[in-house]
Amino acid sequence: MIIKQLSVFLENKSGRLNEVSQLLGDAGINLSALSVADTSEFGILRLIASDPDKAYQVLKAADFSVKLTDVVCLNSPNVPGALAKALNILSSEEVFIEYLYAFSMDKRSANIVLKPDDIEKCIQVLQKHQLELVKASDLYKI
Amino acid sequence: MIWNEKIECASRDEMKALQSERLIDTVQRIYHSIPSYRKKMQEVGLVPGDIKSIDDLSKLPFTTKQDLRDNYPFGMFTVPMSEIVRVHASSGTTGKPTVVGYTRKDLNTWAEVVTRTLCMAGVHRNDMVQIAYGYGLFTGGLGMHYGCENLGASVIPISGGNTQKQLQLMQDFGTSVIACTPSYSLFLAEAMEEAGIKKEDLNLRVGIFGAEPWTEEMRREIESKLGLKAIDIYGLSEVIGPGVSCECEHQCGMHINEDHFVPEIIHPETLEPMPAGEVGELVFTTVTKEGIPIIRYRTRDLTRLIYDQCACGRTLVRMEKCKGRSDDMLIIRGVNVFPSQIESVLLDMSETEPHYLLIVEREGNLDSLKLMVEVQEQFFSDEVKKLEVLRKKITHNIQSTLGISVQVKLVEPKTIERTAGKAKRVIDNRKM
Repeated sequence: MIIKQLSVFLENKSGRLNEVSQLLGDAGINLSALSVADTSEFGILRLIASDPDKAYQVLKAADFSVKLTDVVCLNSPNVPGALAKALNILSSEEVFIEYLYAFSMDKRSANIVLKPDDIEKCIQVLQKHQLELVKASDLYKI
Repeated sequence: MIWNEKIECASRDEMKALQSERLIDTVQRIYHSIPSYRKKMQEVGLVPGDIKSIDDLSKLPFTTKQDLRDNYPFGMFTVPMSEIVRVHASSGTTGKPTVVGYTRKDLNTWAEVVTRTLCMAGVHRNDMVQIAYGYGLFTGGLGMHYGCENLGASVIPISGGNTQKQLQLMQDFGTSVIACTPSYSLFLAEAMEEAGIKKEDLNLRVGIFGAEPWTEEMRREIESKLGLKAIDIYGLSEVIGPGVSCECEHQCGMHINEDHFVPEIIHPETLEPMPAGEVGELVFTTVTKEGIPIIRYRTRDLTRLIYDQCACGRTLVRMEKCKGRSDDMLIIRGVNVFPSQIESVLLDMSETEPHYLLIVEREGNLDSLKLMVEVQEQFFSDEVKKLEVLRKKITHNIQSTLGISVQVKLVEPKTIERTAGKAKRVIDNRKM
């Protein structure tokens, strides 16, 4: 259930994102999802790769500050109100979300990658409420 | 006016005789009361009786800032604490400051030498002197203060900062002499401009500027903006504080109060004395101090000595403006900064060797300090707020250690240039 997300520190200067994607592309690593959190001075790139450990090694070898972070991925129906429902459950059970990013797969479903403050609790809560969690192996394959 | 004509205009022979007599006494006192210095003398086979005149000075071992730290806080004092009436301290690299102590006689000596320097600068008893050096552990404020009182001038002990108040008192009290760091004087000039105060509205005549390096260009700028004569003063707490040397109105080198502080110039690497007139590291021996006399103290300041007679009539040897340092110390807004201080702050936070680059700039007239820190794995978080907290913590810890503000920027690993494997630590973009 736990997904290994790659987090990469990037300074705000041109070409850095290109370099990361080029390195991963050259290593034959595919990306399932990607998001950038930016501030005026730096950014944090978060991505889900087909082979997180290999991606980690590739970026580390190129001197990037990179780490593997545990996240979960929720598969939700692609209908109005579905996200609100899931988030309401989490907040009422006191699971707090540090950040999230989401992407639609098709007309039926969407994936929401979540970094909760307490990942074990988050998984328990989602399972208790019969919400569908995406398996790591499935997400890496997308 | 020359405050102490007998001394300040003495012949070279008279001065050497006085220095010799005082050096012999100082060496005796130190040898018998400071075990660490006695050991240094014994190591080179010296006893006090070997020192017969000032010409023997170069036989004596050096004293360094490290010696003061090793003997923290009072291990270099040669009198019991009951004789000490004041202590001052300067910022230290590892959290431990350098501590100096003064007896009643030392404070009188200090007031005397500062009074001489004020007279060199052309200050007299009718002047209103605004002292904008910091008062407190730093020697600048109190050192100037007692010299001014000894001269009989009127002192405004305003201390550093509080620019609006500085300007108000300059106008309302008719301040004629300002004493502060040269960069702060330019900051005051800017603040005057913003407030619409013209130099003609003020009564400024003389500025006594020290505690940091400054250039002739800055001097011209200060003189034109504030409408005063800008005088360079030099001192360091290990020797006494301000008043070690100062320019006279001819502004051609700083006269050293060498009857109290005997200067030498040595080669910074071979440590051999340099021929007169050559540039090297300035070394001082105090020959009258009681609390913490110091023999051959390596200042790390690079300069040269000028023995020619000065047009003012004083025969006191002059030192040129310092041309740099023989170590990596930076002087930023009057504060001594060693890169190792920054390193120890970062080390405390990360437990592994940090990579950083310190960039010193002069923006407008104030020095600014930027610190780039590589975000190695031990620092990195996938959450923005944690990195922001990290940046703030580094900023805060460095500011509280150094006592000056710093702008911290987080950068990617390996972005700081390494030369032969070792990172370059400092870029000083100020044109000195």
